Amino acid sequence: MEFAPILISLRTASVAIVFTFVIGTWLAYAVYRTKNEIVRSIADALLTLPLVLPPTVAGFFLLYIFGVYRPLGSLLAQIGVKLVFSWPATVLAAVVIALPLMYRSAKAAFTQVDPIFLQAARTLGLSERRIAFRVLFPLASPGLMSGGILAFSRGLGEFGATAMIAGNIAGVTRTMPLAIYSSVSGGRMEEAYRYVVILVLVSFLFVWILNFVSDFRSKKYRLDAGRR
Amino acid sequence: MSLYVDIKKRYKTFTLEVNFSNGDGTLAILGASGSGKSLTLKCIAGLETPDEGVIKSGDRTLFDSAAKINLAPRERNVGYLFQSYALFPHMTVWDNIAIAIRDRAADKTAVIKALLERYELTGLEKRYPAKLSGGQQQRVALARIFAYEPEILMLDEPFSALDSFLRENMQIELLRIIAEYNGDVVLVTHSRDEAYRICDKLLIMEDGFIRRGGGTKDVFADPGNVTAARVTGCKNISRIRRLSEHRLLAEDWGVELETDRKVEEHHTHIGVRAHDFSHTSSAANAIDVAVERVIEGPFEQTVLLSVRGGARENIWWICGRNEDVSGVDRVFLSGGDILLLTSGVVAPSRNVL
Repeated sequence: MEFAPILISLRTASVAIVFTFVIGTWLAYAVYRTKNEIVRSIADALLTLPLVLPPTVAGFFLLYIFGVYRPLGSLLAQIGVKLVFSWPATVLAAVVIALPLMYRSAKAAFTQVDPIFLQAARTLGLSERRIAFRVLFPLASPGLMSGGILAFSRGLGEFGATAMIAGNIAGVTRTMPLAIYSSVSGGRMEEAYRYVVILVLVSFLFVWILNFVSDFRSKKYRLDAGRR
Repeated sequence: MSLYVDIKKRYKTFTLEVNFSNGDGTLAILGASGSGKSLTLKCIAGLETPDEGVIKSGDRTLFDSAAKINLAPRERNVGYLFQSYALFPHMTVWDNIAIAIRDRAADKTAVIKALLERYELTGLEKRYPAKLSGGQQQRVALARIFAYEPEILMLDEPFSALDSFLRENMQIELLRIIAEYNGDVVLVTHSRDEAYRICDKLLIMEDGFIRRGGGTKDVFADPGNVTAARVTGCKNISRIRRLSEHRLLAEDWGVELETDRKVEEHHTHIGVRAHDFSHTSSAANAIDVAVERVIEGPFEQTVLLSVRGGARENIWWICGRNEDVSGVDRVFLSGGDILLLTSGVVAPSRNVL
């Protein structure tokens, strides 16, 4: 068993979650603030789509956009960036696949914040930006954190889209799920078994932590304290 | 300072149509739940947008549908005390107050300390709202609003979350705060006691309309219509037939009554407050009754009387706790205590207070 896939997987998931968290939260905030219901429902459906489609479809679209013979891909190639079949492509795949989880968790977290706190903030003269960072995000933070952990765990286990856009290059893009696939197809069941155990344990650890996140802040203050 | 409101807002099953201007002094909006009083307040604060109309505070236009003016809540300079106070639960008392202080304030720390002292919150600044009593929460909410220095103070059922002992204390406290504050005050309440104690002007709302407006004491003394009589706590209301200038038949009780005031053609009902009957001092009108039920309260007793002669409606009478009411067969009513009322649909077109 090599350790490279473990390190690559952790590195990919760690970098991916930064993008997933920021982009997912931002998208959720944008949709949450959209007043037009048609626009909102279409955006919501589009952003949820990667959750239900096979990851290979996401991989297909990514290849379609970033492939070296496509407009954006060739543009990137001209400035010396070859994304496809490189390590950053594993990050890209993980972000795209985990984004719906982050988006949906964040949106649910925002929706659950009692609007009366936002109304109070508005009548106290706070700007919308300040309301977002000082009131909405802190009150939604348990939901944001659990969304983040869910998205991180999903990124760690990403296989389909990664295989299509990043390939399976040992020591570069071979993450744990790909290493398991390689081991099995090479008949090295013992090796696959070890990767599986590690991946299950790490994923379990994060999903287990999830349980504590929702209680984490509410111990200091009750979230419903405004209503009496 | 003055407040001018003339707005309309339509929903599928409810229409709000409110029109008033308040020159000076504190204004109460009194009505049952669902009458549109909180919605009116939210429209003034900018939390709800009317379909059409104008809202002005002094010379400043807050909303004008024709001129396409709709200031954001934060530009309106309106302080809003929510029924639940809406303190930010993730912030300490200190931070709750600090966040409302304007950037231009020179010395934030000094301002916060002064507010903490003024609202008797010193020592609680590091607590979270969940760890405060109801009264303390309300004082934090008030301190937070005054940190923002609003032009108009709006109170949305401010005492409903407090128990009755605390409520009386906070009412006195609020009277002191209002006396020191020189902006407009609008109080929304379903409690006639609160409206009477705190505000010198009154609007009575029902089904999205203002049914009566005026000085609080005037409206209580002469409600003018059935809605206002009910909302101000008049328990006995009867339809009438006019017999002569000072004589009428109370149809629901089947008795003829003498009034001090002239009975006009548009008077369709009368109201009599439950306190205004007496069984000892004889007055112009005597009504033969039988005691149906006595409900004893801590300080007074409520007596349900049936009128002899097969009347449709009973009469509520409230008298002192120590009165012996068991053998009462006749109650008296002075002609000056009969409130002459028009039916409920008289909406004044303009309420200038």
